[in-house]
Amino acid sequence: MEFTIKNARMLDGAIVDVEIANGLIKNIGSGLNNGEILDAEKNLLIPGLVDLHTHLREPGREDSETVATGSAAAAKGGFTAISAMANTFPVADTAGVVEQVYRLGKEAGLCDVFPIGAVTQGLNGNKLAELGAMANSKAQVRIFSDDGKCVSDPLLMRRALEYVKTFNGIIAQHAQEPALTVGSQMNEGIVSSKLGLAGWPAVAEEAIIARDILLAEHVGSRLHICHLTTAGGVDLVRFAKARGIQVTAEVTPHHLLLTDDLVSNYDPVFKVNPPLRTQSDVIALRKGLADGTIDIVGTDHAPHPTEDKDCEWQSAAFGMVGLETALSVVVKSMIDTKLMDWQTLVNRMSIAPAKIAGYSKHGQDVAKGSSANLTIVDTSANWIVDRNTLASKSKNTPFQGMTLPAQVLHTFLNGELVLRDSKIIKSGIGGSN
Amino acid sequence: MATVLDAGEIGRALKRIAHEINEHNHGIENVVLLGIPTRGAFLGNRIATFLGEIAGSVPVGTLDITLHRDDLRLRPPRPLLPTNIPTSGIEGKDVVLVDDVLFSGRTIRAALDALGEIGRPRSVQLAVLVDRGHRELPIRADYVGKNIPTSASESVRVHLSEIDGEDSVEILAGA
Amino acid sequence: MDKHLLSINDLSADEAIQILNTASELSKISDGPMKKLPTLRGRTVVNLFFEDSTRTRISFESAAKRLSADVINFSAKDSSVSKGESLKDTAQTLQAMGADAVVIRHGASGAAQRLADSGWISASVINAGDGTHEHPTQALLDAYTIRSKFPDLKSDFSGLKVAIVGDILHSRVARSNVLLLTKLGAKVTLIAPPTLIPVGVVDWNVDVSYDFDSAVKDVDVLMMLRVQSERMADSFFPSEREYSRGYGLDIARLNSLKESAIVMHPGPMNRGLEISAESADSHKSVVLAQVSNGVLIRMAVLYQLLGGAAFTGEVSA
Repeated sequence: MEFTIKNARMLDGAIVDVEIANGLIKNIGSGLNNGEILDAEKNLLIPGLVDLHTHLREPGREDSETVATGSAAAAKGGFTAISAMANTFPVADTAGVVEQVYRLGKEAGLCDVFPIGAVTQGLNGNKLAELGAMANSKAQVRIFSDDGKCVSDPLLMRRALEYVKTFNGIIAQHAQEPALTVGSQMNEGIVSSKLGLAGWPAVAEEAIIARDILLAEHVGSRLHICHLTTAGGVDLVRFAKARGIQVTAEVTPHHLLLTDDLVSNYDPVFKVNPPLRTQSDVIALRKGLADGTIDIVGTDHAPHPTEDKDCEWQSAAFGMVGLETALSVVVKSMIDTKLMDWQTLVNRMSIAPAKIAGYSKHGQDVAKGSSANLTIVDTSANWIVDRNTLASKSKNTPFQGMTLPAQVLHTFLNGELVLRDSKIIKSGIGGSN
Repeated sequence: MATVLDAGEIGRALKRIAHEINEHNHGIENVVLLGIPTRGAFLGNRIATFLGEIAGSVPVGTLDITLHRDDLRLRPPRPLLPTNIPTSGIEGKDVVLVDDVLFSGRTIRAALDALGEIGRPRSVQLAVLVDRGHRELPIRADYVGKNIPTSASESVRVHLSEIDGEDSVEILAGA
Repeated sequence: MDKHLLSINDLSADEAIQILNTASELSKISDGPMKKLPTLRGRTVVNLFFEDSTRTRISFESAAKRLSADVINFSAKDSSVSKGESLKDTAQTLQAMGADAVVIRHGASGAAQRLADSGWISASVINAGDGTHEHPTQALLDAYTIRSKFPDLKSDFSGLKVAIVGDILHSRVARSNVLLLTKLGAKVTLIAPPTLIPVGVVDWNVDVSYDFDSAVKDVDVLMMLRVQSERMADSFFPSEREYSRGYGLDIARLNSLKESAIVMHPGPMNRGLEISAESADSHKSVVLAQVSNGVLIRMAVLYQLLGGAAFTGEVSA
């Protein structure tokens, strides 16, 4: 299948035609007309986005999301690669489960789905899962995480960090000291004290980050910090990088935009782990993402069915869907505020995550010979989030009703058009919207 | 807008009512005056003052009827107004309820209910400054300052110096 | 106060005073043999209790009955209700039954507000205690009790010094009282070990002290909070004895208070832990008045919410 994207705007502002063949960018120039024509109408062409933090819920909780619906949401959000977290039922702690998820991703065919393996068996935090078997499986797992839970045992964390060096793996830590967060419901501070909700102190996150940075230094391993949320955490990562420690860090779109005062009406759509923090944390996170202390944006897309949110706060599930709003929220938080330019956004949302995870066909500059994993964005559009039009099976978006900038128009996966005019076009998939 | 009673006329009407109460009850020994707030309470005090000049001191208090109204659901919640029953109580007394305007009779119906919560008077009488007609219940006044025929769409405004700065009764045309 | 009473923040100072004044008027009517007032005839008040609290339920029940409302008691203890989904199901049942007001007691902070905001029901919602958040009618009855002991206060509590002692962190009574008393102008000092003071207290417009004896010297009102012994298991304090020595109201401390000072407790009391038996029964204690005033305040609140024209709230699915 050959394609020519006419009138694409490159990051440097040049308007070009891009010819695609055999999954690769065959040529970039002007006056190209081979194969099927897609007129980009001077909208921005960037490499497809890459998410290292996605909950697809399959197997086990197909009522909230499946690999197929999550893939459709990803394609709508401009992602060409997503990483399925291991906290499924059963847990992705064996080669069998990760291969199943990998296969389901291939079948859906809307974006590349790379499974993340569990660090510990059943996420129980006391015995390593078969990391090598998952790494050597068809799924070629390189990222391991107990996300949703913290690998809190320091010795086990040390062993995991060391063990994955054999296949250049990386441990993605959900930094949450469990003893400091028993029953915790929201960020501990002014708002939690007023609302009478059990607090989730910043130090519970920062203590683990500090410990793991030092562990990573000691054993010379790669560490990835999931969803940083506190100003103190940013400082710790900055310190680690200055020391030359191999640490990378991630921030979610929602932590770049939302703060804990939104909890004031007890609407569980704002209940998330880690919790929404304060405005000064948001400012520190934005600064950290802009200056590269925080390497990447990860969505922490966490679908939950209606009944898990349509209840009192304490009983509600933690999490927010985010794939379809991620790019727009980052644009609103970082570009509209002039903290970052589009090239830096592409670095944080595509190039850097692909590099961390080793997704070799993703996160490549738009250039001749690169893989044709691409997305085209109308950077001047504004759109209103309507949860009922989400491709995700779950509707728990905290951005409902919000007007957001930048709209993903078209997405190419390995040379094939999967999203056209913001609609999934691959037959039989993604018809839910 | 038409003034139907001025300050002098109001004063004379209340004084006459005081005389009638004294005559009707053969003295004031057993009489208790209860004004219905807001303006009925002031009128009760004034009648008591006149009775004091005519016949001697008479116990006077107030009776709020808000909790007994039958039109509560038609308007936003109203603050409760003071109920002050004289220490002599009302048991076996001749209670004279005092209000400014007698119209549908519903206020007095509520007042009779409210009174029932407090005790069992020997008799209950009613004194009003203005009777404007249009009764919706079988209720009549024993003492009337002035009968003022009105149309249902008109409204009657009683102003008293205690809270309105002047004494007058006016009729306002309906909307 | 609009349609609901979920938090003291729903009330302006004037509206709070209005409730106290209404309760005062009701107290005059209630003196002597109390018959039912017809005020809420035909209205249905549901007591929806997800936590056991016999005294609060009875207080609301008698308040509603004295105003001639129909009362339905609906007890759904947390133990049988693991998922919040059932709050929604229960609410929809109550809606179908035509409840005009729902008095809710729930172990989860914010449950009352969820019930009010969710669109599940159109009834007025009265928060009778939600988790560790608020208990607004308790604060109102406490303010009423204080005013009845210090009649000069009327509608302005400035000059009044109040100390609240104990487990502030987990106390919905403390939160509502801090909001109401500061709103009315009183000066409030919280006294507790640091482990039982919320981190966000800096925003509360109160003083904080860790030392009972120096902080209560000139207080007019000493409000003792119940301390639950499970807090000890969670290491909020080392032992009951140590807590009692530091923050319990024994007879010596009682005698050190100003002569005019009063001692309050929302009940139920742990005699011997946060308050000694002598202190609880002393002439300074107004604990029993708090209980009887509870009915008056709840009558006043029900009257304010239901005594007028019905709100026309839309109910969504």
